[in-house]
Amino acid sequence: MKIVIAVIKPFKLDEVRDALTRIGIHGMTVTEVKGYGRQKGHTEIYRGAEYQVNFLPKLRLEIAIASEQLDQVVEVIAATARTGQIGDGKIFVMPVERAMRIRTGETDVDAL
Amino acid sequence: MTRAFLRLALTTVAALAASPVFAQEPKIDGADTAWMIGATGLVLMMTIPGLALFYAGMVRKKNVLATMAQSLAATLVVSLLWAFVGYSLAFTGEGAFIGTLDRIFLAGVTLDAVSPLAKTIPESLFMIYQMTFAIITVALVAGSVADRVRFSAFLLFCALWLIVVYVPIAHWVWGGGFLGTYGLIDFAGGTVVHLNAGVAGLVAAYVVGARRGYGSENLAPYDLALAVIGTGLLWVGWFGFNGGSALGANSRAAMAIVSTHLAASMGAFTWMALEWWTRGKPSVLGMISGAVAGLGTITPASGFVLPMQAVLIGLVAGAFCFWACTWLKLKVGYDDSLDVFGVHGVGGFIGTLLAGVFAVGALSATPELPGGVHGLLEGNPQQVVAQLYGIVVTLVWSGALTFVILKVIGALVPLRVRQEDEVMGLDVSLHGEALQ
Repeated sequence: MKIVIAVIKPFKLDEVRDALTRIGIHGMTVTEVKGYGRQKGHTEIYRGAEYQVNFLPKLRLEIAIASEQLDQVVEVIAATARTGQIGDGKIFVMPVERAMRIRTGETDVDAL
Repeated sequence: MTRAFLRLALTTVAALAASPVFAQEPKIDGADTAWMIGATGLVLMMTIPGLALFYAGMVRKKNVLATMAQSLAATLVVSLLWAFVGYSLAFTGEGAFIGTLDRIFLAGVTLDAVSPLAKTIPESLFMIYQMTFAIITVALVAGSVADRVRFSAFLLFCALWLIVVYVPIAHWVWGGGFLGTYGLIDFAGGTVVHLNAGVAGLVAAYVVGARRGYGSENLAPYDLALAVIGTGLLWVGWFGFNGGSALGANSRAAMAIVSTHLAASMGAFTWMALEWWTRGKPSVLGMISGAVAGLGTITPASGFVLPMQAVLIGLVAGAFCFWACTWLKLKVGYDDSLDVFGVHGVGGFIGTLLAGVFAVGALSATPELPGGVHGLLEGNPQQVVAQLYGIVVTLVWSGALTFVILKVIGALVPLRVRQEDEVMGLDVSLHGEALQ
């Protein structure tokens, strides 16, 4: 099992979700986060006072999947979340040791 | 075109001399009373919720409620003290420097009492109308020390500053004191309200010190939408502030409202254009700042100048206040958080001076003074001298006494909150509440 962590532009969420649903992914966790990478921030000016805003709002998606789905999932997220502009985000993949559905007690791939 | 307009305006206002406002004998007039009751409501609305929203929208989220609390506190404290003693000291008697105690605790303000300063409305109405001016002037000062001043210190400041600074200046200019008799013209408060609050704000910013993180941290406003709503309420309320200063339902009031509205529009337009040109984007904060600058600046001139001169005053206001807030403040390095000095101090100064330049005699003609007050452009350079005299006196008195008052209060309670409270936010640390 793997967990895919994708940090994307907020307005891309629906597109990514729809694409993942189409390839059979039925769950994810979304968190509103702030951060910066190459995009850096932007400048805001209030009556002449300039403030550098370094952290930009992004969404962080966590998707737990069976290992064999990994390539397809990563590909779909990358394809749908891409605008070609700086600041499109990143995808990280990590191994998952165990999983359990709390209601039924099912474990591992059955629990996803 | 301009000439034809001028003639038209002059014939319109010539009818004023015959209106009941200038009748010799005090007689309560229904129309005047009705308008002034409305105007009183409008001016109170400028502080709560107008100024409360305008200011609160420009501070950080953790200080929104504390900033609104300052406008509320100024309203409560000033209202009570005005009725107890302030009105009497400001608006009775003929003393050059201070009024009398004849109206202390509103003694003698009976159903049929009429002030010699407003002969066609009940004195109770004149008293409460003037009260709303005192409230907003005190509340304005708070903007310069927003985000850091201690609430208890601010309450003491409201009380002391009202009695020591506002009341005497109001008496000198409007209550029969030496500035009014010298010839200073100030229709609705260029000196008494705006220059006074602006200078006090500047001194307070120096004495209290800069916000923690000023110049290094992001102190961006939490919700400028609140400030836009506040500006709208201030703008509309200003019709009562300047229009009501005619003290009657008459054409001078209507003219003042037209001037007020046009100056606000031109002030906003000018600031917007300058910001767009120099900074690349026309900000919403810039537009509302320009509107308030135009409103504050036209205030002393509103009942003395014609609408097209008001447009010109709005232009000068937008340009100078923009310069003061975006360049002068950063250059000199004081932290006047919400630009009380840059907008109201500078605006009050310019407006008072320009009133002396543009004053059109016909607008202020009365049976006692058939020619009205002429400005520099009508061949009376002496009027500019009178205006400068009023400006200097207000500047010195407000500046010096604000300093003394703050030092006295500072000896009793700390003026600022503790550093950790400032970081946590004044809403939680002073009031035990927070926006979620």
